Amino acid sequence: MVEKEVVIKNRAGIHARPAALIVKMANDFKSSIYFEKDGERVNAKSIMGIITLGATYKTPLKVIAEGEDEKEAVEAIADLFERKFEED
Amino acid sequence: MDKFRVLDLLQLDLKENDALNLKCISGRPGLIREIRIPEINRPGLALSGFYENFAYNRIQIFGRGENAYLKKLEREKKKDTLEKFFKYDIPCCVFTRSIDPTEDFRNLAERAGCPLLQTDLSSSEFTTRIIRVLGDIFAPKKLLHGVLVEVFGIGVLITGESGVGKSETALELIERGHRLVADDVVEIRRVSGNILIGKGAKVVSHHMEIRGLGIINITHLFGVGAIRDKKQVQLVVHLEEWDASKEYDRIGEEETTTGILGVRVPSLLIPVRPGRNIPIIIETAAMNERLKKMGYYSAKEFNKNVMRWLETESARATFLEKS
Repeated sequence: MVEKEVVIKNRAGIHARPAALIVKMANDFKSSIYFEKDGERVNAKSIMGIITLGATYKTPLKVIAEGEDEKEAVEAIADLFERKFEED
Repeated sequence: MDKFRVLDLLQLDLKENDALNLKCISGRPGLIREIRIPEINRPGLALSGFYENFAYNRIQIFGRGENAYLKKLEREKKKDTLEKFFKYDIPCCVFTRSIDPTEDFRNLAERAGCPLLQTDLSSSEFTTRIIRVLGDIFAPKKLLHGVLVEVFGIGVLITGESGVGKSETALELIERGHRLVADDVVEIRRVSGNILIGKGAKVVSHHMEIRGLGIINITHLFGVGAIRDKKQVQLVVHLEEWDASKEYDRIGEEETTTGILGVRVPSLLIPVRPGRNIPIIIETAAMNERLKKMGYYSAKEFNKNVMRWLETESARATFLEKS
C-alpha cells in the first residue's frame, strides 16, 4: 500500500471536470485507489464518490493505492493535483 | 467524524417531527463550540449552587422552572452562581417555549462567549427530539461504495467493483418502478442498536453517473416517485464478473450474511455475464427476502417436499416388493 498527502491547488476545488479527470487517470491503473478526508474513504474510480468529498481549495487529502502498480498510480494522481487539473 | 459544532446543530435540515426550530439569540461567536456528547442536562441543581457532578459538557436546557429561578436570582441581585455556571465549558444553553432569558444571564453568556439558543417547543418535546437527532448524528457511520435502491419495499445495497454495472442495474430497476436512495456513495449509520440506515451524500444525491451518458438527475427524469431520502439496508447484493472456476450457490438453502458496522445483513453473490438480466434477478431476490421475513424459505420448503416425496416413493417401492 502506498499513501501520499496532496493539497487542492485550484481555486474552484474538485467539481465535476476535475473529478472526471481523476477517474480517467485512476482507471488507467489496475490498483485499487482511494481518497481519504477526515477519516472518510471514497473510491477514486467513482466520479460521484470524489465529488462527495466536498474538497475545496487548500483541502488536504490522502491518496491511497493498493495493487501491482500502486506507486505509479499515486504519483500520477498527485501530479494531477500539482498541475491544478490543468485549470487556473 | 468532523467536529460537530453548535453551528452545525443550527444548520441541520430537519423536517416535521424532527424539527428543532432553533435560533441563536445571543453569544454568536460561541457557535463554534463543539458538542461532544449526545446528551442533555437540566441545570437546576447547578443554578442553585450545587456543582458536584455537574454535567457541563452537555447541552443545557432551560424550561419555565429554570427561567423562574433565573428571574428570582436577578431580583435578589445574585450573580455569583451564574458567574460560576459560565466558568464551565458549556456547549450551549437552549431556552424552550420561546422564553427570553434574563438580562443578567444574557450579559454573562455574552461575556463568556456561550451561545444561547431558543426554540418554541416545550422542554419535554424538545428533549425527545434532540436526543433522537443527536443519536442519529453520533451513531456509528461508514461510507460504502455501492448503490442503494428500494425494491418492493426492501432496501437493497448493490456492491461490486467499479465498471461491473451497478449503476446500470439500478437504472433499470428505477425504470421498472423501484426507487433510488443513493448512487455510488452510500452513507450508512447504525441506529437503535442494529438498524442500518443508508442515505446519499447531500450534493450528489439522486444523481447517477452512467458511462456514455454522463451525470443524470433521477428526480427530474423519472419524477419524485422514483426516489427516497433514506432506507434501511436489508439485503446486500454483490455483483462480480462471472468466474468459471468459482462455485456459485445453486440451491440457496444456506443463508449468507455480510457484516456492516457489526450488523449481519443477508447477502447474495451474483455473477454477471452478458445475457443475464440482473435487475430481474434482484427483483426476485427482494421478493424472496420478503417471503423469508414472512417465515417462508423457498429453498428449504422445496427440499422438504423433495424429501417427503422420496420417502413416499421408497415406502411404495418396499410395499410393491413385498406384495
